[in-house]
Amino acid sequence: MKVRKEYLDALETLKKDTLKMGELSKTAEENAIKALVNHDKALASKLLEENVVIDKLEFDIENQCMRLLALQQPMAGDLRLIGTCLKIITDLDRISDLAGDIAEIVVQIADEPYAKPLIDIPRISEITQGMLTDCLAAFETQKIEMLRDFSERDDQVDGLFGQIRRELVAIMIENPRTITSASHLIFIALHQERIADHACNIASRIIYMVTGKRKKLG
Amino acid sequence: MSKIETNDLNVYYRNGSVQALKNVQIKIDANKITALIGPSGCGKTTFLRALNRMNELKGATTTGEVLIDGRNIYDQKEDVIQLRKKVGMVFQQPNPFPMSIYDNIAYGPRIHGQKNRNMDSLVEESLKKAALWDEVADRLDENALGFSGGQQQRLCIARALAVNPEIILLDEPCSALDPISTARIEELLQELKQEYTIVIVTHNMQQAARVSDYTAFFYLGELLECGKTSRIFERPDDKRTEDYITGRYG
Repeated sequence: MKVRKEYLDALETLKKDTLKMGELSKTAEENAIKALVNHDKALASKLLEENVVIDKLEFDIENQCMRLLALQQPMAGDLRLIGTCLKIITDLDRISDLAGDIAEIVVQIADEPYAKPLIDIPRISEITQGMLTDCLAAFETQKIEMLRDFSERDDQVDGLFGQIRRELVAIMIENPRTITSASHLIFIALHQERIADHACNIASRIIYMVTGKRKKLG
Repeated sequence: MSKIETNDLNVYYRNGSVQALKNVQIKIDANKITALIGPSGCGKTTFLRALNRMNELKGATTTGEVLIDGRNIYDQKEDVIQLRKKVGMVFQQPNPFPMSIYDNIAYGPRIHGQKNRNMDSLVEESLKKAALWDEVADRLDENALGFSGGQQQRLCIARALAVNPEIILLDEPCSALDPISTARIEELLQELKQEYTIVIVTHNMQQAARVSDYTAFFYLGELLECGKTSRIFERPDDKRTEDYITGRYG
């Protein structure tokens, strides 16, 4: 006989909803950069509208966690799952907010040519997308091997961000008329760098969820 | 040195046909609360009763060692009366004697030869330690059976304390009590552990998590896992411990 069916079903729903929120946040970041690359204001606006769904999901997941803690007194692996969900939804929400911030900049600058061709920003996006994909896969499968090199990946992102900033500062010095456009691009890269930090936080929580041990990444 | 240590402890019932405990090895620290958990029939109560040789009353056979302060309590030369004075026990159902509060407390010390001269202060001290004095101070001559379940259970704890034990064994002491009485007993245990070593059997996972410093998980007569309560309830090593504490048995 399967005991505590209702409880186990609630844990399953929590996992599914957290994964769903993860997918939506990841897609938000992907679409923000896609909108930037393609000067696509419509996609950027759509993304901003869709962020409302992520905000709702965050509250819903938080409620599920609080209800499980209050009514089911979870222990051990279940407790770690719930604690992890409670923590990572904040990171996921921040990721979608940062993607929204990028989209807002896109809406402002998409009609003009950019201060420089986009080379490193899509590169960062590739790395952060990979990090988020691995986080979601590790959360779902409980296999954490793919999270081990997150600190190195985060260093790569930091390096690319530094490079972008240096380049754009040089462009601004050379041609002050690019200041507005160039500073917008610096902010976008900074938001991407923050997204990588949040991915590291998420990976760290998933390692705790699976092993019970805490490991700082990034 | 641990206060209690068992080596290869085995307990058999029904002329050896049923083995209730299998090679249990455990060390229990002084002035700590150790909770014994596990499904019904796993041997936790048998283990508790092995610590003051109460299984013998049910005709059980015990092999291996139970060391208390380094002495094997199953040694032929050990005085069982002195042992049970040193290792007190409180049961699931409150079981006060059908006599006054005062006489319930005084009963044990009198049997052990204590004169009536200092009895008043001993009764008062025991009831204070059991956090019952304020409620019964002016009703000491009333029959104990007229008090509430929670008060009766604290009386039983006071009665156990009156003979000056070093170890207190509690077998599901709160299972018949309401949440407020349970909270009082749990709070009391935290105070008592300053002076005594406490071993408690409980079916209530939250209670084990709340009150104990160490938790031991028994399963089918074996001690599967023992460690700090915070670790056992956060990341147990054994899958069977995890399945039990997360309620997946059935």
